[in-house]
Amino acid sequence: MSQPILEVKGLKKYFPIQGGVFGKTVGEVKAVDDVSFHVREGEILGIVGESGCGKSTTGKSILRLIEPTEGEVKFEGKDITKFSSEDMRKLRRDMQIIFQDPYASLNPRHTVEKIVGEPLLVHGMKSKSERKKRVRQLLEIVGLSSYHASRYPHQFSGGQRQRIGIARALANHPKLIICDEPVSALDVSVQSQILNLMEELRDEFQLTYIFIAHDLSVVKHISDRVGVMYLGRMVELAEKDALYEEPKHPYTKALLSAVPEPDPDIVKERVILEGDVPSPANPPTGCAFHTRCPFAMDICSQVRPEFGPVDDQHFVACHLYNDK
Amino acid sequence: MAEAILELKELSTHFFTDSGEIPAVDQVSFTVHKGEVVGVVGESGSGKSVTSLSILQLIPKPPGKIVNGSIFYKDENLAKASEKRMKKIRGNEISMIFQEPMTSLNPVFTIGNQMREAIRIHQKVSKQTATEKAIHMLKVVGIPRAEDIVNEYPHQLSGGMRQRVMIAMAMSSEPSLLIADEPTTALDVTIQAQILDLMKKINKEEQTSILLITHDLGVVADICDRVVVMYSGQVVEQGTTREILKDPKHPYTQGLIRSLPKLHGKEKKLYSIPGTVARPRKDHIGCRFAPRCEFAFERCFKENPQIYNLGEGRESRCFLHSKQEGERLKDVTTNT
Repeated sequence: MSQPILEVKGLKKYFPIQGGVFGKTVGEVKAVDDVSFHVREGEILGIVGESGCGKSTTGKSILRLIEPTEGEVKFEGKDITKFSSEDMRKLRRDMQIIFQDPYASLNPRHTVEKIVGEPLLVHGMKSKSERKKRVRQLLEIVGLSSYHASRYPHQFSGGQRQRIGIARALANHPKLIICDEPVSALDVSVQSQILNLMEELRDEFQLTYIFIAHDLSVVKHISDRVGVMYLGRMVELAEKDALYEEPKHPYTKALLSAVPEPDPDIVKERVILEGDVPSPANPPTGCAFHTRCPFAMDICSQVRPEFGPVDDQHFVACHLYNDK
Repeated sequence: MAEAILELKELSTHFFTDSGEIPAVDQVSFTVHKGEVVGVVGESGSGKSVTSLSILQLIPKPPGKIVNGSIFYKDENLAKASEKRMKKIRGNEISMIFQEPMTSLNPVFTIGNQMREAIRIHQKVSKQTATEKAIHMLKVVGIPRAEDIVNEYPHQLSGGMRQRVMIAMAMSSEPSLLIADEPTTALDVTIQAQILDLMKKINKEEQTSILLITHDLGVVADICDRVVVMYSGQVVEQGTTREILKDPKHPYTQGLIRSLPKLHGKEKKLYSIPGTVARPRKDHIGCRFAPRCEFAFERCFKENPQIYNLGEGRESRCFLHSKQEGERLKDVTTNT
């Protein structure tokens, strides 16, 4: 088994809620609340969850684009939460991010050459002709043509823009790429092109991905292991086949049963969850899911379940499994 | 088969813009029967939303205009109806719900206020009765504490709750047809499941026909009886949900289904349709899908294929179905 390239331990991100005339902090939104996992070299770790579960905040906290409140993020054995901003800048060569919205994440006033070339310049490729060569090479890697370099983002379709975003992330030969909903703004027929491209790139450049998305089928397709988040916490993490075929946590079960599948022969026993996701500003005590859980017991509203292993490599935070 | 509630015949809606005429909806024909749920699927730019807006004459004009075709609602051609008549139909006979439950409610009025308005436009009832009716409808769509909710504002509700309010409002005058334009796209899967169940319940109990506009084939499989597939402003295929999903005939539908990642089972590499979705153009010659189609041959680039009737309401717009090309079609179906 390969080495973990990234280890996240007890990651927390609390956003202050300011109120009153003097903007005093009156509360906290616990966007990410004690999340731990590791990512092995060369694997794709999927993170799924509904809106507001903290999956994007987790991704951004790892890169310190949002400063984590507490916890440890170890990249190749070094705790990067202690790094100075200059060290961090150098490190971002190895850790890149692809954003959801290819319309908003590219500067409309820059040419593709400038957009893709900028990370090269920042990390010390001073020669213009060298940069030009590398940009053209990158565009071809992601399935565009070198003559696209002189165009502006608005001249491209959504799928092509996402390719530009990928080219920019690849510019400095990163080791880890965090993909934050990279295909959710795209049409189905284009989505599969991008997913295939990402898989090819992983094999070609030995990349490691953290793939954050809300679409369970997409995450299943691309990931090796999958983590499920609910209200700022990781509730289940396992190899993808184990998670999709034998989900343990009641939330994972409900989530999987709610996905409509394009096959009239699949008759599902739906677990319809009552109500909505509670506010992360005022999460329920104990297990965050107990208010909607069909199997909730007395202990669930009082004690927060530990995130522990039930099988080899299958971790669950639920009292149904942890108190055997 | 039950009587037809809505019948579109060769409907064409064009937009006249500075950069030319855009045939956003081109010769679209399909029927919705009483008590039926019909899905219109397509990717962005396929004309599915413009089709639904055309039915209720909600196309901004100019630049939009229904240039051809008819929309029969119970023997009345809505394409020719006056604005006064349309006001009677909208929200009363045909209701519509939209994708964004966040923006389709007015933020400065209470839920009760907005529901009362909708009810009193179409029914001559007192304020008191309208409020009672609003509370009743909120209960029907499964909103807890309906008596309190009528006095609350939209921002106090979650996305799923707001969509329920929209449905309650749309159903308050017992329409015979509900048009739902991407009603669950902005919602999370667990909430989507709740809303789809509610729509199924309404369809069954009230016998309301539903025209569902969506891009999600999973949603279609879950709720629709029949499916109309659109591409670049045209209907490319239609049939029952089972036929379309299990035995698609048009290369576009086939490609679309194959490019979906599956929740169960294993697959190595995803199939993908090359290229991007074509925007409808007036001067387009040939089949609009031809540049992306793996089975395209000479004729596809020269003529626009007509719709081939494959029996029992099954239609497909592809030259592979013509007699001369029959052999080729056989190859296609055995290969996939």
